[in-house]
Amino acid sequence: MPEFVLTVARFGFLILLWIFVFTVVGVIRRDLFAGARSKSIVASPRGVGGAILQGRPAKAKRGKAARQLVVTAGQLAGTRITLGEAPITIGRAEDSTLVITDDFASARHARLVPRDGQWFVEDLGSTNGTYLDRGKVSGPTPVPLGVPIRIGRTSLELRP
Amino acid sequence: MTAPAVPAPSPSSTGELSRIPGLKTRRNAELGLLGFAMLLVATFGWTVEANQFDHVTSTFWVPAVLLSILFLGLHVVVRLTAPYADPVLIPAVALINGIGVAFLRRLDIARAIANKDPIPGIFAGTGGRQLAWTLASLILAAVLLLVVRDHKAVSRYAYTLGLVGIVLVMIPAVLPGSLSEVNGAKLWIKFGSFSIQPGEFAKLALVSFFAYYLVRKREVLSLASHRFLGLDFPRGRDLGPVVTVWLLSLLVLVFEKDLGTALMYFGLFVVTLYVATERSSWLIIGLLLFFGGVYVAYLLGKAVGGPFANFYDRASIWLDPFAPQYIDKEGYQLVQGLFGLGTGGLFGSGPGAGLPGSIPEVRTDFIFAGLGEEIGLFGLSALLVTYLLIVERGLRAALAVRDSFGKLVAGGLAFTLGLQVFVILGGITGLIPLTGQTTPFLSAGGSSLMANWLLVAMLLRISNAARGPAAGGGPERPGPKKAPTQLHGAMTEVIKP
Repeated sequence: MPEFVLTVARFGFLILLWIFVFTVVGVIRRDLFAGARSKSIVASPRGVGGAILQGRPAKAKRGKAARQLVVTAGQLAGTRITLGEAPITIGRAEDSTLVITDDFASARHARLVPRDGQWFVEDLGSTNGTYLDRGKVSGPTPVPLGVPIRIGRTSLELRP
Repeated sequence: MTAPAVPAPSPSSTGELSRIPGLKTRRNAELGLLGFAMLLVATFGWTVEANQFDHVTSTFWVPAVLLSILFLGLHVVVRLTAPYADPVLIPAVALINGIGVAFLRRLDIARAIANKDPIPGIFAGTGGRQLAWTLASLILAAVLLLVVRDHKAVSRYAYTLGLVGIVLVMIPAVLPGSLSEVNGAKLWIKFGSFSIQPGEFAKLALVSFFAYYLVRKREVLSLASHRFLGLDFPRGRDLGPVVTVWLLSLLVLVFEKDLGTALMYFGLFVVTLYVATERSSWLIIGLLLFFGGVYVAYLLGKAVGGPFANFYDRASIWLDPFAPQYIDKEGYQLVQGLFGLGTGGLFGSGPGAGLPGSIPEVRTDFIFAGLGEEIGLFGLSALLVTYLLIVERGLRAALAVRDSFGKLVAGGLAFTLGLQVFVILGGITGLIPLTGQTTPFLSAGGSSLMANWLLVAMLLRISNAARGPAAGGGPERPGPKKAPTQLHGAMTEVIKP
């Protein structure tokens, strides 16, 4: 085997090794930003208008489907749940979808249910109540994008 | 506008693992990266043969292709059972595992040439055995993925796993030395020519147990505390478990004569505790306890000898491996490893062109030194970054998963892997006293490979739960056959008769 080929193989292997590492990093990077620029494949759901709380939901963005549930405050701040079609249960019970360890939360505190593309929040008879923005949730209430749901010290928001 | 404009297909109609549109599984990225990793393994094999034989045999690609088939099998299992799992874990681990197999085969070839033996076949020698171990490990990992569909189910068996873990740790300590001792460390169970290292599997069991225990106790441990010197210190009575584990790991240090293993268990517990409680005081207490204990063991070894003598020797070699009383005896392997790394320099001599045969234990503990001679600092750092990325993906899964048990298990497992790499590489490069840990996925040895692949399978399972859509556990849907949900707040322990 000529010396030249061996040298090429020696350095070629090292370069390929590093290209592999950077490809892996590239995949991770795309993964990180995958949620941020999610293109709207699902057409924007209309329907359920009007039934919004009397608070200040005017700033809520309309016309986009909720894709993620983001915890904005509390111990789990930063957690993101990608929304599917299944309802999301919130509470201290270990089998909840979102398990919050919050002294002011009940074991089964609240539930988020999708109906025709719109998510509804429903209090499950919690001790300290569930709040959508400022108003206390008494029955199933539609949740606009970007409006905080407060449970104890935890705040959640729907994001596109 | 009356039309309900939600074209998303109803997931209940498409079977158990319906994909949510717009949510990427990234399985194709995994497949591509896997192909790339195997290409690297084939390149390594080609260069080895070019350097060793002066010509390349027509079968240089066979190990890489066999490995590709094995990993492809696992990839298919992941596609079916954990479609949202992290796409980077399998290719990164496959690269390290494949390079390990190729390097072990390279050692076999070098030995055969030196002994004027015929060149070993692909399934012969250490390399061939490692290939078989890879097959066994991947089967185990696939079985774990198939059986454990929801990582939370593991928490039901937490106390059993804890007991199993402690028994596995203790077996080598109580066995007579002839059945458990290799190179001064009692970490093995030997049956004739075959030996397993139960401690490798104990890690997995103990992580699950610690996670379960701490999920239940985290409030007490993190809320009841004294404030002292700006740090929150726990109450005396809450220190019980950490002191128990500390004593246990010191016993391991004394009776199994292995600092690395002791450091693994203790570090694992302290870090899980820290993750659970978010109190940095635990890290400080843990480090002080560990360094205090190790220093006392060192002093005792100097003064009394006996069970502590082994540790004293290792620490002395670490302090000065080139000392005349060590360089040709106990310190020989460390010194040869350092020479190997030094000879490799920045870019190494090229795969197959070095002399790793002159490093003792180059197949197991010192594989990184042997590899370092051939791929140099440049190549070693790429492998280290790959390890780092594996650990990072594990920690990422821990951050993203939504239940605290999964968080602690994923965090603990990822940390264990990182700590193991640190302990063995620190030992080889002279940063800490050398202890006989295996290099995960790289060293020859079935126990380590199987245990670490199980670890990766568990991380895949948890990352699947973290990245997938928030369904109530995959196939479970509100329907007639759904199991009754638990309605009280406390965790339920299922007691099997």
